[in-house]
Amino acid sequence: MTTLEQNQELAIPRSAGPKRQREAGGLPFGRWAIHAEVIFTYIFLYAPIIILIVFSFNDARSSATWQGFTLDWYKSLLQGGGVLGLGGVATEGQQFAAQGILFSFRNSVIVASISTMIATTLGTLIAIGMERFKFRLRGILDIVLYLPIIIPDITMGIAMAVFFNLGFKVLSVVFGINAVLGFPTIIISHVAFNISFVAVVVRARLAGMDPALEEAAADSGANEWQTFKRVVLPLIMPGILGGALLAFTLSLDDFVITFFTAGIGTSTLPLFVYGMIKFTVTPAINAISTLMVIASMVLVITSLVLQNKR
Amino acid sequence: MNSVTTAQEAARLRKRREQGNLMFLVSPAAFWLILFFLVPLSIVLVYSFLTRGTYGGVLPIATTQNYAKLLDRDYFIVFRRSFVLALITTLVCLAFSYPVAYFISRQRARWRGLLVMLVIVPFWTNFLVRTYAWAEILRDEGVLNNVLLGLHLIKDHLDLLYTPGAVVVGLIYGYLPFMVLPLYANLEKFDHALMEAAHDSGANNFWAFMRVMLPLTMPGIVAGSILVFIPSIGAFITSDILGGSKAMMIGNLIERQFKSARNWPFASTISITLMVLVSIAVTIYFRITTEADRA
Repeated sequence: MTTLEQNQELAIPRSAGPKRQREAGGLPFGRWAIHAEVIFTYIFLYAPIIILIVFSFNDARSSATWQGFTLDWYKSLLQGGGVLGLGGVATEGQQFAAQGILFSFRNSVIVASISTMIATTLGTLIAIGMERFKFRLRGILDIVLYLPIIIPDITMGIAMAVFFNLGFKVLSVVFGINAVLGFPTIIISHVAFNISFVAVVVRARLAGMDPALEEAAADSGANEWQTFKRVVLPLIMPGILGGALLAFTLSLDDFVITFFTAGIGTSTLPLFVYGMIKFTVTPAINAISTLMVIASMVLVITSLVLQNKR
Repeated sequence: MNSVTTAQEAARLRKRREQGNLMFLVSPAAFWLILFFLVPLSIVLVYSFLTRGTYGGVLPIATTQNYAKLLDRDYFIVFRRSFVLALITTLVCLAFSYPVAYFISRQRARWRGLLVMLVIVPFWTNFLVRTYAWAEILRDEGVLNNVLLGLHLIKDHLDLLYTPGAVVVGLIYGYLPFMVLPLYANLEKFDHALMEAAHDSGANNFWAFMRVMLPLTMPGIVAGSILVFIPSIGAFITSDILGGSKAMMIGNLIERQFKSARNWPFASTISITLMVLVSIAVTIYFRITTEADRA
């Protein structure tokens, strides 16, 4: 959900509004009160993350007072789960995650890449279908397409868990196939919510497109496929890329739905971090968090630079 | 005659081709959403009316007992707490965001983009990490307690973590941008000359705000409130990490019923109820935002 907001924000034009006149009384508070409140809010937004980063370099096991600079917590991450004290935390999906951050990070990237590819393809196709055609059931499909965005994660997580449980029973009784939770079940679930997010972003782009361009292409003798490939696709490409990026981020970030659909050995990074937060107290969590903050900043800034180039 | 049939034939063929295109475009995603989203939801709906098996699992015996059980004191408290915490979160977010959104909307154009961006940047961090940051701040030997002790403002550690207050702080931190953005979008379009007009007509600051700015920015207020309220009432991670067992919310109740108690029918019942609550909020949201668009 977060990144949808980001994309919408990017779409807000930067053009100036009406020229600002002298500050007329707006809110029924003094100027200073408003300024103080604004500063407080920005501090509130940044302080926790900065504290987290600072204490990832703190040379103390559990104290939140500064004891000196160290890189030990970062080193411990690379040495695997043993150092992190994950030995006693052998709940279902976490046994393999104990092999370390790199293993769960690899899992996250596998899940996010595959589910992004599928969701971007399906989401783009349905976006075009919904924007360019009128058909029966379109209204219902519209609602179904929005549902995964608004439904609480926990409800969707339960639904997927129940579905796979029942599905596996059917598979085993009818076809004699024994299936278990793993990458396919996580990816299927991630695609299910990502299709909607991709479709929303691509539809917004399509809605802003001049239909005359397609007509012009058709008038110039282009067939449908040529029109699509040469005119529509290039024009909606930023939307497709934006949708793909959103899907990738949501998939990387997801905890709740993965929590209910992951199997042994397929813990993603958020599941690994959750295990650490819940069952251990070590500043290594600060270190891993700092790395995640940096990674997401790099990801988003790269995408902003790419989008601005267009 | 002949040309007419040819034209009809051509139209028929075009229609057919268009239908083929439509099928190609819509059916893969529709298929995925039906099989891997609607069917799972339907199973949950069905399970919510079934009986719990002795060793977990589900028995195909219809009952409405699960829904009646929602009214049990223990569960009702969790629902009430979720509602109250989500409401407090929404109101505090509104109180903090309105001046911020107002302030941003009054800046020069090039600063506005930057200031909005600065509200969103913390959002790029993984939700778990952001929640954990607050656990670090609020725990007994955490940053806040240490600072307060260091300043001799308190004599002993305060119990800040694992309280409803900690959950509210986490929720506010998690969803504040959802409030700022729609408010800003609204205030940016607001014609501030209207306030001068109100002042010229003799209204003081308070009444000019109440009668002019507040009603005109109401769509933004409603949009932001719903966008904060929905994820707050369905929260799981925040209340799990910052609330523990003392400030359990609906999401945690569902997870416990599902994983620990292995009462799948009851977990389904709570899930469906939560979904209905959220759907009501969303319906209100769409009503009001589409009305605002029309106006």
